[in-house]
Amino acid sequence: MAEKAKKLKLSTKSNLITYAMLLVFFIVMQTLISTDSISSLLNGLLVPICTYSILAVSLNLVVGILGDLSLGHAGFMCVGAYASAFFSVTFADAIPQDWLRFLLALLLGGIVAAFFGLIIGIPVLRLKGDYLAIVTLAFGEIIKNIVNLLYVGIDSKGLHVSLESSQALGLEADGKMIIKGALGITGTPKDSTFLIGFILLLITVVVSLNLINSRTGRAVMAIRDNRIAAESIGINVTKYKLIVFMISAFFAGIAGVLYAHNLSSLTATSKNFGYNMSITILVFVVLGGIGSTRGSIIAAVILTALPEYLRSLNDYRMLIYSIVLILLMLANNNERLNVFKEKISITNFLRNRKKGNTLDKEAKS
Amino acid sequence: MDFLSYLVSGISLGSIYALIALGYTMVYGIAKMLNFAHGDIIMVGGYVIFTMCTTWGLPTPAGIIGAIIICTVLGVVIERVAYKPLRKATSLAVLITAIGVSYFLQNAALLIFGSGTKSFTSVVTIPAIHLFDGALVISGETIVTIIVSVIIMIVLSLFINKTKPGRAMLAVSEDRGAAQLMGVNVNGTITLTFAIGSALAAIAGALLCSAYPALSSTTGAMPGIKAFVAAVFGGIGSIPGAMIGGILLGVIENLSKGYISTQLSDTIVFCVLIIVLLVKPTGLFGKKIDEKV
Amino acid sequence: MKMKKVIAALLALTMVALCFAACGSNSDTTGSTSNGEVTLKIGGSGPLTGDYAQYGNGVKNGAQLAVDEINAAGGVNGIKLEFKLEDDEGSQEKAVNAYNVLKDWGMKLSIGTVTSDACIAFQGEASRDNMFVLTPSATAVEAISGDNAFRVCFSDPNQGVASADYIADNNVAKKVAVIYDSSNSYSSGIYEKFNAEAKVKGLEVVTAQSFTSDNNEDFSAQLQAVKSSGAELVFLPIYYSEAALILKQAQNAALDVKYFGCDGLDGILTMANFDKSLAEGVMLLTPFAANATDEYTVNFVKKYSEKYGTDTMNQFAADAYDAIYIIKAAIEKAGITADMSASDICDAMKTAMTQITVDGVTGTGIHWTADGEPSKAPKAVVIKAGAYQAL
Repeated sequence: MAEKAKKLKLSTKSNLITYAMLLVFFIVMQTLISTDSISSLLNGLLVPICTYSILAVSLNLVVGILGDLSLGHAGFMCVGAYASAFFSVTFADAIPQDWLRFLLALLLGGIVAAFFGLIIGIPVLRLKGDYLAIVTLAFGEIIKNIVNLLYVGIDSKGLHVSLESSQALGLEADGKMIIKGALGITGTPKDSTFLIGFILLLITVVVSLNLINSRTGRAVMAIRDNRIAAESIGINVTKYKLIVFMISAFFAGIAGVLYAHNLSSLTATSKNFGYNMSITILVFVVLGGIGSTRGSIIAAVILTALPEYLRSLNDYRMLIYSIVLILLMLANNNERLNVFKEKISITNFLRNRKKGNTLDKEAKS
Repeated sequence: MDFLSYLVSGISLGSIYALIALGYTMVYGIAKMLNFAHGDIIMVGGYVIFTMCTTWGLPTPAGIIGAIIICTVLGVVIERVAYKPLRKATSLAVLITAIGVSYFLQNAALLIFGSGTKSFTSVVTIPAIHLFDGALVISGETIVTIIVSVIIMIVLSLFINKTKPGRAMLAVSEDRGAAQLMGVNVNGTITLTFAIGSALAAIAGALLCSAYPALSSTTGAMPGIKAFVAAVFGGIGSIPGAMIGGILLGVIENLSKGYISTQLSDTIVFCVLIIVLLVKPTGLFGKKIDEKV
Repeated sequence: MKMKKVIAALLALTMVALCFAACGSNSDTTGSTSNGEVTLKIGGSGPLTGDYAQYGNGVKNGAQLAVDEINAAGGVNGIKLEFKLEDDEGSQEKAVNAYNVLKDWGMKLSIGTVTSDACIAFQGEASRDNMFVLTPSATAVEAISGDNAFRVCFSDPNQGVASADYIADNNVAKKVAVIYDSSNSYSSGIYEKFNAEAKVKGLEVVTAQSFTSDNNEDFSAQLQAVKSSGAELVFLPIYYSEAALILKQAQNAALDVKYFGCDGLDGILTMANFDKSLAEGVMLLTPFAANATDEYTVNFVKKYSEKYGTDTMNQFAADAYDAIYIIKAAIEKAGITADMSASDICDAMKTAMTQITVDGVTGTGIHWTADGEPSKAPKAVVIKAGAYQAL
């Protein structure tokens, strides 16, 4: 067993820890659910936890691997959520099988978001640093604004779309309003479950980790570390950047689908699909350690659950939350604490194991 | 006449954006960080003036001076406590901390001042000017805002280019390491920048709340974001850029509200921003960064 | 051998997870407090932080005031009430979390949420569990779509139609301009219905201007458009903090028109430091007038302002105060006991709600239909010398 582990690459070991962590999380939660000893709060939080973990892992691809600061990630989530909720509500009667409809909704949400990733990525990825950040923020806000003005209805004559009002649609008497401007979409079926959310999170992690350790991933990281050098050895910068950006948008779209199918009402506000949400996701990634998939997930889980478990503090809840956030950031970047963390880190433990073993042997001989 | 009216109110709104953007851009240029808590300092300034002038009944100038002092102290304290320990960390870590500070200020204000929106008494007493038989009205707030913004920009430019601490700021923004080697007190310069930025935020707070007299704990959040957009629009780090970016943003916003759609005005502003950045990737007045291998 | 460390780390993680699970699962299902007294727990959620905090706090205080009064008078059928309002920041997602927290707390009845969007999500969860909901202030039609849900306030369509009817029937104006919040479901919901009814009634909507919640400070462009359109009246289906800005800027722009608003405008007169002369002549539909002389209002205003000040004393607070008394009336009618399950309570309440008639701060003789709508007629008031006057 130990011999086998030694042969594995460091990155593989680290990945195994991530998978093991996810598996333990799943088994514990599933046990709690099946023995009915789970609190309603935690039970209700499971899908959001999966949603935010997927968002964090997908944004980590852009921020950590691509090295670009995106402040518009919630925009892709918004696109995925609206596209899929629209689909589910429209075809609620036509496709009676829940699983089939939800599967199609997931695919649709992801693909539409990936498509937006492509059209936004082409202009945006030419920019750098904070300018790129502000343009992604701008795109995110544009998506949110337009979605808020969108009126879509369906009747025997087909689809009606307007940016004005529901009257402007001119629906027939048998028509059905689906997207009602600022009121958004109501009556989305509650298809998201913890099992589906977890499977989607697992898929996101598998794709993300494999991408990082693939040829594409290495090319992208080469671009991140030195664009000109990467270009000079023949790496197609635009192509690789776009691939990662689209994959990231795809999974953000999937997270949006999960989000939309967990609530019976979907609206686009700055809290759920605006810059506030983009920043929240960014906080997960940065707090979890930029570039670390495992860290992103842990941070997403803790920061999603924390405000809920702080509810007993009443009025001081959000104040304490903000103080915790600041302290965590300060602690994360404190040199002395970092030395201490190195000591107890699992990855470093594995990294030093081989060295340690040889030292042990040397000491013995 | 409609056009003139849209233009004037756009310039007035833009001048406030510009004042806030000046604070953003100075901090960015020198500390290389996006201080997302800047908008919330404005809110604090508004509450200080409200408490001093309306609750305690002190004269307006006392309120403004009080707000400037408190905001300056607050800005320096925030810099010392939350940002200074992160001087060596990545800019993203500082960004997240700034967001934490922003949440903190908003929620602290909510606890201290309560959740009810407060109606702010204007600090401006100049009467409005009625032109063309009342078809065009320019309010006192508009006049004062524009004049104050222009004065501040001129003073700030002179300060940075002509005085020793100002030049130190320029040096630190060019190359922090080299500036330190040349004997510039880098930490002191950064603190001074935060002090000036926060004092400007207090003035912006007084003007913002006078022109739009509804004060709540989230008052500064959206103008803060808009000012950030304005600062990038003009080329972040550039003082005239922030000024012109802010005014252009206000004018574009109001003209699109007037002639295209009130619902889409933010969308149009953001579209213009995207187009400008695609044509000039470092904003209107931004410095071109040379790439080194 | 050092694999132990890895295992230890995983175990630690498991324990953390278990802790999370344990935290909320100590729910009190017997319905009694530690001192052995029998209580009935009423829950609700609303925005206590963020943009709409003033409304959430109004509801929290108003409902708490009613609960304290009822308990001081010996409770309902001898059962003491307990009330808790969780923060939902006005978002659907947080409202669902708040709902689950309240369930863990042992909630048997709920007053839903304060805002419409959040209420739709809250109510969706509640109808799955068959939990009773009586929202004080969620106006959207869908907010009470389940048969478990009722409301105290007027609905959006109700207000939009009533406003247009009032303006047309009393010849207040012929040319009407509208300024509404296109990013807010309450505001755009009323606007839609108003617009449709205005056409029917022969009112001319000369211009419809809007703003978004991200852009709700500068209204000069909207007001200029209103000025050029020659409107005689501006319809404002918005909240009072934005209306206060509009009134101030309209004065700056020397715009001379009449104003007509909905219940969101209530609260403008109690806004701290508001120059009441700006609101002179503003007409609005409201269920609550702080200067009304009926005993309910006098009592409510006196007690509320003594305890919480006037900062959040608006119709949200009044609706919430009434909501608790309505729940009390329905409990008495249905003969609810504290040991019944939430679902049984809900079934009994559903029937009782359609049988009761309640007088309160926000109306007299209010009764409900099975779809959850109250029988309130919106009443119009005008602001004269800084106070409401019936029209």
